[in-house]
Amino acid sequence: MGFLDIKNATKSYGAVKVLHETNISIEEGEFLVLVGPSGCGKSTLLNMIAGLEDITSGEIAIKGRSMNGVKPAERNIAMVFQSYALYPNMTVKGNISFGMEMHGMPKEQREPRIAQVADLLQISHLLDRKPGQLSGGQRQRVAMGRALVREPDVFLFDEPLSNLDAKLRVDMRTEIKKLHQKLGTTIVYVTHDQIEALTLSTRIAVMFGGYVQQLGTPKEIYDDPANMFVAGFMGSPSMNLFPAKIVASANGSAAEVALHGGQTAQIPFANGAMSAHQGREIILGLRPEAITDKDGADRNSQSVHIVECPVEVTEPAGSDTFVVTQIGGKDVTGRFRADVNVKAGETFPFAFNMEKAVVFDPKTEDRIR
Amino acid sequence: MSASSSASTGNGIARFILYTLLALFCVYYLLPLYVMVVNSLKPLSEITSGGMMSLPETLTFAPWQSAWSQAQVGVEATGLRPYFINSIQMVVPAVALSTLLGALNGYVLTKWPFRGSTILFGLLLFGCFIPFQIVLIPMARMLGLMGLAGSVPGLIFVHLVYGIGFSTLYFRNYYAAFPTELVRAAQIDGAGFFTIFWRILLPSSGPIAVVCIIWQFTNIWNDFLFGASFSDFDSQPMTVALNNLVQSSTGVKEYNVHFAGAIMAALPTLLVYIVAGRYFVRGLMAGSVKG
Amino acid sequence: MSHAATENRPALLDRLREALPKIVLSPTVAIVAIFVYGFIAFTVYLSFTNSRILPTFDLVGWKNYENLFKIRAWDIAVSNLLVFGILYIVICCALGLLLAILLDQRIRAEGFIRTIYLYPMALSFIVTGIAWKWFLDPGIGLEAVVQGWGFENFKFGWIKDRDMAIYTIVIAAVWQTSGFVMAMFLAGLRGIDSEMMKAAQIDGASTFALYRRIVIPQLRPAFMSAFVVLAHMAIKSYDLVIALTGGGPGTATEVPATFMYSYTFTRNQMGIGAASAVIMLMTIAAIIVPYLWSELREKKQ
Repeated sequence: MGFLDIKNATKSYGAVKVLHETNISIEEGEFLVLVGPSGCGKSTLLNMIAGLEDITSGEIAIKGRSMNGVKPAERNIAMVFQSYALYPNMTVKGNISFGMEMHGMPKEQREPRIAQVADLLQISHLLDRKPGQLSGGQRQRVAMGRALVREPDVFLFDEPLSNLDAKLRVDMRTEIKKLHQKLGTTIVYVTHDQIEALTLSTRIAVMFGGYVQQLGTPKEIYDDPANMFVAGFMGSPSMNLFPAKIVASANGSAAEVALHGGQTAQIPFANGAMSAHQGREIILGLRPEAITDKDGADRNSQSVHIVECPVEVTEPAGSDTFVVTQIGGKDVTGRFRADVNVKAGETFPFAFNMEKAVVFDPKTEDRIR
Repeated sequence: MSASSSASTGNGIARFILYTLLALFCVYYLLPLYVMVVNSLKPLSEITSGGMMSLPETLTFAPWQSAWSQAQVGVEATGLRPYFINSIQMVVPAVALSTLLGALNGYVLTKWPFRGSTILFGLLLFGCFIPFQIVLIPMARMLGLMGLAGSVPGLIFVHLVYGIGFSTLYFRNYYAAFPTELVRAAQIDGAGFFTIFWRILLPSSGPIAVVCIIWQFTNIWNDFLFGASFSDFDSQPMTVALNNLVQSSTGVKEYNVHFAGAIMAALPTLLVYIVAGRYFVRGLMAGSVKG
Repeated sequence: MSHAATENRPALLDRLREALPKIVLSPTVAIVAIFVYGFIAFTVYLSFTNSRILPTFDLVGWKNYENLFKIRAWDIAVSNLLVFGILYIVICCALGLLLAILLDQRIRAEGFIRTIYLYPMALSFIVTGIAWKWFLDPGIGLEAVVQGWGFENFKFGWIKDRDMAIYTIVIAAVWQTSGFVMAMFLAGLRGIDSEMMKAAQIDGASTFALYRRIVIPQLRPAFMSAFVVLAHMAIKSYDLVIALTGGGPGTATEVPATFMYSYTFTRNQMGIGAASAVIMLMTIAAIIVPYLWSELREKKQ
């Protein structure tokens, strides 16, 4: 039994099932990120944990106590909303103390807690202002202060950074991570931004179509995706997914792929992998950093294979140059060194690091191991 | 840039015609007001001798005095004063109650919706647009049964009943745009149904409350049909008394007194319009374009 | 026993708390159910009875409706409403659109001018009626004034003329509401994407073509709203007619609203009055219901 247990939880609106049987269990102090595109059910699940939405079937328990039918205010949770949801008519101080006031805490007990939280978040000088007078980042801090001051069992964050501009978003992300490391509280965090998910979490639940597609540590999710959706959704630029056929080769098996212009090439799998699947049509997945120029290839890998590919487009991005070719009719992007001398239209050696290759079934889109 | 600047400056003649047209329309709209004001300030003889459009030769406030406290309205020569007071006594509670109920209704319909709440709102909205002739007969009976026939409280009741629809419409549309996340945050903070309303929504409802109050005030003050149908001689609102003053067929027609009375009846709503025109227009628009 | 009580009380309180929104809404629901829909049903019922000075409950079938259409005054009232309604709506829309377009040309003092165009909306129809009644009165008003300026042959006696009096109601009603229609169109104009206007100018559209081809077609929703509001005001108009002409001369400016009132309350023909009210309601419902339906449906999406 974990600190937060979600057991077979479902949610339906009439005949429409928006969340299918979901099972997640996390320990105290974990940082769980629910990530997925809009409409995947992540916000619904968060609202169910908060008690803002009823649970259709199953159970959600915090610290072993079932939360079904318990009102939001009595769950000992706190929530930071996407729009921050600061009460516009109250001062920052009023906003932070409102929850304590509603729980009947006397004023002299509230004051020191407000001061402590304000100090922690460096918003002491803003306490007498109204939300309308604050910048986006300041509002974000106040919203977190309002949650922190409650000293809840679980923090819920609903896309808290999506209203900030790019620079501030990165700063606040770091700040949230620091805060989590300092306070060690349990957090459930919803986002559609896979980078936030990877950087912040101790565990990620990737959601799509009302199902948890995969639950795992950031490393598991990134290196070992359970299906094509997870592979394509996590990581930026996203993983290259292109059709191939598994054929027998000199020392094991290889992926046979169709290059642009009608030629085929064989790329051998690392140390005998996929031998059981020879003859099978598959989708091969390789992240851009596993497709490089020859000198940029991973030196620790035992299985780098060079293929001459026609270059379609080059996209210099400062620290790297992304080079696009076509394999099996799909654009395939490689991450090359910035100073590599490559031009569109010419043929260039691409280095494929097959230790990182993952293989999927084209029909079920599930992983083949 | 060139496109927009050429459109804004245009050529001189076009601009001249444009401004002339606009000025002519100003004259058109202001003319009746001008007629009312100047003729309320001159002796009757100046009007009847064909001087309606001229400024007063002898300025007099006698018509105003007469309209306020001496003119014959119905049987007694009381002037319009008692009816003005009736109207105020009618308007204030009717506006306050319908606005408060409308705010609560709008809060429930947007933040605590339930199965069928949209249909309910549709039915409520249709009630705003019915021709009130359809309810005159049963309402007259009902007021009799309630013991409110021919009284100011009776009129308050009628205006409250038929004002709720628009009040609810205003607050519903306003609260629909009010972030639901705030309500959820307050729920997590432990606030209940009424606390959320009093502490979170109501303090932010200033603008729409002004819109609603102005709309209700204007409508109820200007109402004639209910006033004519459900009031006695001593409970008549201003509009009904004014009409009686003007239409009474006995004696000389004192046009100057009629104009003074008309201005008195118009003044409260006109003042509100001048002071808070922005909200008045917003109310008009929200009442017609339900977007 | 105590065990049961402690278990029950919070449950009851919880259920009460959950029902609170509906409890708050219930007075309004009751009011609307009784005073709108109950009363409509009552009046519809009365329209099938032989009620005279007081309501009775003896059903007489469609007789009141048959009689209603035989009464000359009702005929006049309906044709007057048609004439008045059509002219009122068409002129208000035309004038409102013209004013909105004129005001949309980056006018100095736009706010001030708008205020002047719109202020009649704040007045009571009784006040409007009185102002125009005396202004159009041939004895002291416009006719007398212009004659006083030396144009001895100038005549403007529509308000006393059986054939023309209905048009004076159009004049006064247009004066009162055209500014409002202007405001609706102006809001519509301001809602049009300015980049689209720029694109059309770059495409070489003249100002006239710009309005005719690009702008006015996009004002369809504003036209719809204006039509619905004006049509419903026309059908309900009662105060203005009473104050301006009192339905006269004779019955020349009778409209359904005045007809209903006089038949019900002064002529003691309550059954017929109720029937006329039902017809008014049906007419308005035919306009309003589809409009509300589409508005509420759009919102849901």
